[in-house]
Amino acid sequence: MTIQEQQIGQTLVEPPKKLEDLPDSHETIIRPPRGWVSLELRDLWEYRELMFFFIWRDIKVRYKQTALGATWAIIQPFFTMVVFSIFFGWLARIPSDGVPYPVFAYTALVPWTYFANALAQASNSLVEHERMITKVYFPRLLIPMAPVLAGLVDFVIAFSILIAIMLWYGLVPASTIWTVPLFVLMAAITALSVSLWLAALNVQYRDVRYVVPFLIQFWLFATPIAYPSSLIPEQWRPLYGLNPMAGVVEGFRWALLGQAEAPNALLLVSVLTVVVVLIGGMHYFRRMEETFADVV
Amino acid sequence: MRNIAIRVEELGKVYRIGQRQRYKTLKETLVHAMAGTFRRLTSIGRLSSLASYQHHNSTKERIWALKGVTFEIEHGEVVGVIGRNGAGKSTLLKILSRITKPTTGYAKTRGRVGSLLEVGTGFHPELTGRENIYLNGAILGMRRGEIRRTFDEIVAFAEIEKFIDTPVKRYSSGMYMRLAFAVAAHLEPEILIVDEVLAVGDAEFQKKCLGKMGNVAQEGRTVLFVSHNMDAIQQLCPRCILLEKGQLIAQGDSAGIIANYLSSYSYRTRPDGWIDVSRLERTGTGEARFVEVQYSSLSRATGFRPYSNGPLEFLLNIESDASRSVGSLAVFLCSQLGTKLINADTVLVGQVIRLRKGSNKVRLRIEKLHLNPGVYRVGLWLADPISSRANSAYDYIESAFEIEVIKLKSEKPSLHPNAFVTCPFDFTEVT
Repeated sequence: MTIQEQQIGQTLVEPPKKLEDLPDSHETIIRPPRGWVSLELRDLWEYRELMFFFIWRDIKVRYKQTALGATWAIIQPFFTMVVFSIFFGWLARIPSDGVPYPVFAYTALVPWTYFANALAQASNSLVEHERMITKVYFPRLLIPMAPVLAGLVDFVIAFSILIAIMLWYGLVPASTIWTVPLFVLMAAITALSVSLWLAALNVQYRDVRYVVPFLIQFWLFATPIAYPSSLIPEQWRPLYGLNPMAGVVEGFRWALLGQAEAPNALLLVSVLTVVVVLIGGMHYFRRMEETFADVV
Repeated sequence: MRNIAIRVEELGKVYRIGQRQRYKTLKETLVHAMAGTFRRLTSIGRLSSLASYQHHNSTKERIWALKGVTFEIEHGEVVGVIGRNGAGKSTLLKILSRITKPTTGYAKTRGRVGSLLEVGTGFHPELTGRENIYLNGAILGMRRGEIRRTFDEIVAFAEIEKFIDTPVKRYSSGMYMRLAFAVAAHLEPEILIVDEVLAVGDAEFQKKCLGKMGNVAQEGRTVLFVSHNMDAIQQLCPRCILLEKGQLIAQGDSAGIIANYLSSYSYRTRPDGWIDVSRLERTGTGEARFVEVQYSSLSRATGFRPYSNGPLEFLLNIESDASRSVGSLAVFLCSQLGTKLINADTVLVGQVIRLRKGSNKVRLRIEKLHLNPGVYRVGLWLADPISSRANSAYDYIESAFEIEVIKLKSEKPSLHPNAFVTCPFDFTEVT
């Protein structure tokens, strides 16, 4: 007994608390999955530090592994903008709502590039973390959330270039610029909610890996990036909002370029769509989560 | 009042065979779904064969990895979980660490649970040792403050001070494992769940880890520990749970349970007679396999029983599905706790054994058996290390049967030597 006490004293380890003293949150009940599962958001909050580490790792690793590092955040949207400007702006003469076409396209490409990368990475994330999933417990939601949040660093870099380009063209960001974070949030949530479905499906059906690039390509053209949504007949425009990225992109342009009218109807439909997809995605993900470790 | 840290009641887990290894392709699911729709549309039994195939699928290919397991572990107890491969040990740990859900029953844990089913989970090769300590610690459930506090200790434990800011992809495998262990060893949850993570790493470091785990136990944490190393179990765990085919078949005092487990593991045998090994649990391709074995000391006086420092002969009956040359044929002897003591392997002497299609008999002669009296386990191994499929043995029986080595009657009665290996020795007083 004395030896034991001495050792505890020496290593200065707090003896674990008595069971009665432990708060209730430390009691875990493990049961077979059944029916409609709860989202357990509290659990997510408990693991917020791990979330931070995942984000930190994603950023760190990417900048360590790539020779150009942060430059990639600019190259991708910038050169797409150049290509779009040549083909759509200059050759096809697509209207750009009275804004220089390069600015018009780049304004949309900044949130789009963020969205597309986040979606692609998050959709593959569960499969990539296969080993971890079968060896350690933590809320699986963290896995697709991390790349979506890590992508924000790239976004900020690309965004600062956007401001520079605008100034170069003699355009000053509109006073509505303060709404930009709201649209970024919406892009992030859209990417997350869609990838919740895709990531969970990917665990069971590896086909998803091949579907995602296609999906992103189609989605690019279904979003008013190379063209203004004003090309779409007025009465159909709210319906266009079913594509949440249409809302994000139009919102972005409105916030920065200060076009006359806020795309309210379109936005409303977009927000509603995102909410529905998000809630559905969370539940689907939670349900599938029970079997990830068995299937992956 | 008793303090229950883990309570498990009627816990069960069903796996569909193949579910663990394979994921479906979308096509398969679509085809199945369409077949299902077809079945509903066509009431004529045209597709009934497919339907019955599916039915067959859903009933027969299910196995209970764990069934009706019930036990309680008190706060501060260190409990070992033993059983053969596939007995459900890992499944039990996975359920308790919330990695997978049970199919039936429930489990309740009180206190923060840390599980170590693998060391180095989430290590990223591009990140430095320092960065990986933080990342891995967080994945294992440590708080940032905790990691910062134990950081220096972890580095010292892993003995990698100089390389702490080097990416781990440049580490030797030994350094990598040490770092991984070091993080794991500093986990401080109230309940620690440990799978066979000590199986890797060099002996010196293993000892260090066992010591660290011993400390953990003394600090009053609850530990659930799976291992095939009975020595480690005996050293660390006063109590043991024995699983077999997914069911809990015994629990209680470790010494008793381990003895029970070891005796059920194989059987003691008579010398100078064929021992059937054809139906034993084994691994390997089975292209060539052990069927029968006999052993003898060739001494009528001992009843052919092997004795210390005497000869020992094995006669192996091996069945092969084709004629082939075999580079590694081995008989090995282990202590009852599983430590390999003798490994008589043809590969060590560069001998190649030629097998004909069908039955073959091979004789192995050990000139002098340097083992003290006691009971030893015999294992059998057959592989072709030269072929391209170097990793897959033809046949491998880890524990085929047990033999008893006796003491020759003519020798003077003596105390139990308390060691496995004999050697001639002589003391002289030097003034």
